Amino acid sequence: MQAHQRMLDPTPNGLHSGESPLLQTLGLTKRYGDFLANDSIDIDIWPKEIHALLGENGAGKSTLVKAIYGLIQPSAGEIRWQGQPIVLSGPSEARSRGIGMVFQHFSLFDNLTVAENVALGLDGKESFKDMSARLEQVSKTYGLPLDPRREVWQLSVGERQRIEIVRALMQDPKFLILDEPTAVLTPQEADQLFIVLERLKAEGRAILYISHKLEEVKRLCDTATILRGGKKVETCNPRLETAASLARMMVGGEIKEVKAPAGRQTTVPRLVVNDLSLAPSEAHGVRLEHISFELKGGEILGIAGVAGNGQDELFAALSGERLSKDPGTVVIEGIAAGHLSITQRRKLGAAFVPEERLGHGTAPRMKLSENALLTGHAASGMVRRGFIDTAATLKTVDRATETFDVRKAKRDPEAASLSGGNLQKFIVGREILRNPAVLVVSQPTWGVDAGAAAVIRQALLDLATAGAAVLVTSQDLDELAEIADRIAVMFHGRLSAPLATSEATREKLGLLMGGSSLEPKEAAHAVGA
Amino acid sequence: MELIEAIVLAVLAASTPLLIAATGELVTERSGVLNLGVEGMMIVGAACGFGGAWLTGSILVGALFGIVAGTLMSLVFALMALGLAVNQVATGLALTILGIGLSGLIGAGFVGERITPAVHLYIPGLTDMPLIGRVLFGEDGFVYFSVALIVGVWWFLYRTRAGLILRACGDNHVSAHALGYPVLRIRTFAVMFGGACAGLAGAYLPLAYTPFFIPGMTAGRGWIALALVVFASWRPGRLVVGAYLFGAVTILQLHAQGWGVGIPSQFMSALPYLATVIVLVLLSRARTGGSTAPAALGTVFVPDR
Repeated sequence: MQAHQRMLDPTPNGLHSGESPLLQTLGLTKRYGDFLANDSIDIDIWPKEIHALLGENGAGKSTLVKAIYGLIQPSAGEIRWQGQPIVLSGPSEARSRGIGMVFQHFSLFDNLTVAENVALGLDGKESFKDMSARLEQVSKTYGLPLDPRREVWQLSVGERQRIEIVRALMQDPKFLILDEPTAVLTPQEADQLFIVLERLKAEGRAILYISHKLEEVKRLCDTATILRGGKKVETCNPRLETAASLARMMVGGEIKEVKAPAGRQTTVPRLVVNDLSLAPSEAHGVRLEHISFELKGGEILGIAGVAGNGQDELFAALSGERLSKDPGTVVIEGIAAGHLSITQRRKLGAAFVPEERLGHGTAPRMKLSENALLTGHAASGMVRRGFIDTAATLKTVDRATETFDVRKAKRDPEAASLSGGNLQKFIVGREILRNPAVLVVSQPTWGVDAGAAAVIRQALLDLATAGAAVLVTSQDLDELAEIADRIAVMFHGRLSAPLATSEATREKLGLLMGGSSLEPKEAAHAVGA
Repeated sequence: MELIEAIVLAVLAASTPLLIAATGELVTERSGVLNLGVEGMMIVGAACGFGGAWLTGSILVGALFGIVAGTLMSLVFALMALGLAVNQVATGLALTILGIGLSGLIGAGFVGERITPAVHLYIPGLTDMPLIGRVLFGEDGFVYFSVALIVGVWWFLYRTRAGLILRACGDNHVSAHALGYPVLRIRTFAVMFGGACAGLAGAYLPLAYTPFFIPGMTAGRGWIALALVVFASWRPGRLVVGAYLFGAVTILQLHAQGWGVGIPSQFMSALPYLATVIVLVLLSRARTGGSTAPAALGTVFVPDR
């Protein structure tokens, strides 16, 4: 009977005839003042299901999962757990019922040990010693190795996420919520995570999976619910959709395809790096070793690589956050600039967009106009005889807003009040509007939704067409394939020779990212090992 | 010999209010709250403690008055800094100014009065032992209590789940909130504990140190207690060492003047702060990552709900 229904009903929900869903929201609504963050959302989650929750930034995904996890109280509607209506007083009640959550911004304590962090996520009914023993057992069972005695600040991003996942698994949850778990992971780490998730599913658990990466969702998820503007748009089977059709549902229209404008010409070398070596500035840093490349106007060079292989150090050396003793190691517009400060390099026509939006790219609590001034003071006419030209700074904000479709509540809000995608559009826009000759940008679309990512990538292509040299560091290989002309790989502080994008297959890049060279002999050796 | 014993006794007496007040502030700061109002809470505790003892003739009642007064002062701070999310530094400084004024008002009627100070322990035989007898077995109750207090706080912070949760709030209040811990409630309790300790430390001065009340008698001890917490890098063990060290410096300062040593007393008074600065520098050099201070110290937290 069940098998029969399974065949007739194309929707995955047909798999579970007769039973009630594990978790159900009915007309769930959350209101903040006049703003409807969630507008009457119905969602059914069944056991043995990986259910994707898709939507742009601000579509209401986080609000929905916070309500399901008991962090906020819905304004209206109800949540049913195994068919019974429940009201969650807080996360600890959600956890005791079998709902676990892995946060996007990890809820970890840097100065506490791994074991203490895990203990804080549990109800504390067992002794610390028993808990530590169980922690080691769970981490071994699921292939998520962790040293319980280390403090979190010593760990990599991937290890930190492992703590979150192990912590959630220690409660033996029936239902696990993951908020953009792969946003910070390398492709390899993400693959390991998928194995764990498949295994959890096979054990009969349900997973709610929030992600911006549509290919990943198609590969992993059985069902997808799409939110837009706080409302549910659709529940569908992502395997029967294309990434483009999913993106359409999220955005509510076509996403402009990123197109390289015609008539792009490479001109003179605008950014040249000659045998740059630099000792790390901190204990855990990476030493840059003999990095050389040449970037011409009109060209986009992509730098791929697993995070923490020296990309941050290279950015610091190029931007002038760290100076080189030998001026000739970094040449901007034909002028040796290795010893020049950030401002002096900006005056030469260079612009920089760091990876971290809040705290590095912008001062979070300052207004956008003030943030525009912070990078534009050197060469954009915002300062006159030592006084700030407020009108000019505001004009920069308006131009960036208009050109790059930055969505914000008022004309000149604090940087921290913008969503990630909109703030990134502003930062990239702020630099591009200065018409730089050289743009160095790191992780341009990290954690940014599909619509905003397309705008940013298009802007980088347009800038190159206008004659600028663009250097893009990214962990997203698809992104590099889309916009870069050549791709080089960073590994242990060394940079490989760039490959033309047409020749840079995933396989080749993967080998380079793992530290193998592309020489036939050594490549064969790597495969053999 | 007599002199050494006298100096050790004096150091213990001078250190005890520092230790009690700093213990309270350590717990407050470990929860992520910086309450700079220790001096204010102490001086109000001193005035109320003396008042309580003078009215009832009981040192214990006086101590309780001090504790209650310090707690009430800290609740003013909690209301402002936690309830209304006002800047903690400004609120703490305001609390000190308020405390100094308030204590003058409360204590105006007591100035010039005297009470019988707290009795010292006397165990025949043990207390009469030479050199260590009076130091170990001849103190007043506050001294023994202060030692028990810091041991209790150490045990609480590192051996109990509640202590772990409190440290977690001080490290990252956003995470603690996300895991479902009532950050503001926990911090309020920590602030109240800090206030109670400061009140008791203040009350110690007129109840045991000098048996009368004069306005401003805390004389900057609250500030030393604050420096002490930093000096101890927020660890109970180092706090004990630091408290007796700072207490010793203040006593040494008096004796140095008596002996006519040519060190300006102002320099000696500044020593605890100088030591704190040096310790801070050494700590930041020794550690390669993470943070010694509670990472969320002094930051405002407003839960989204």
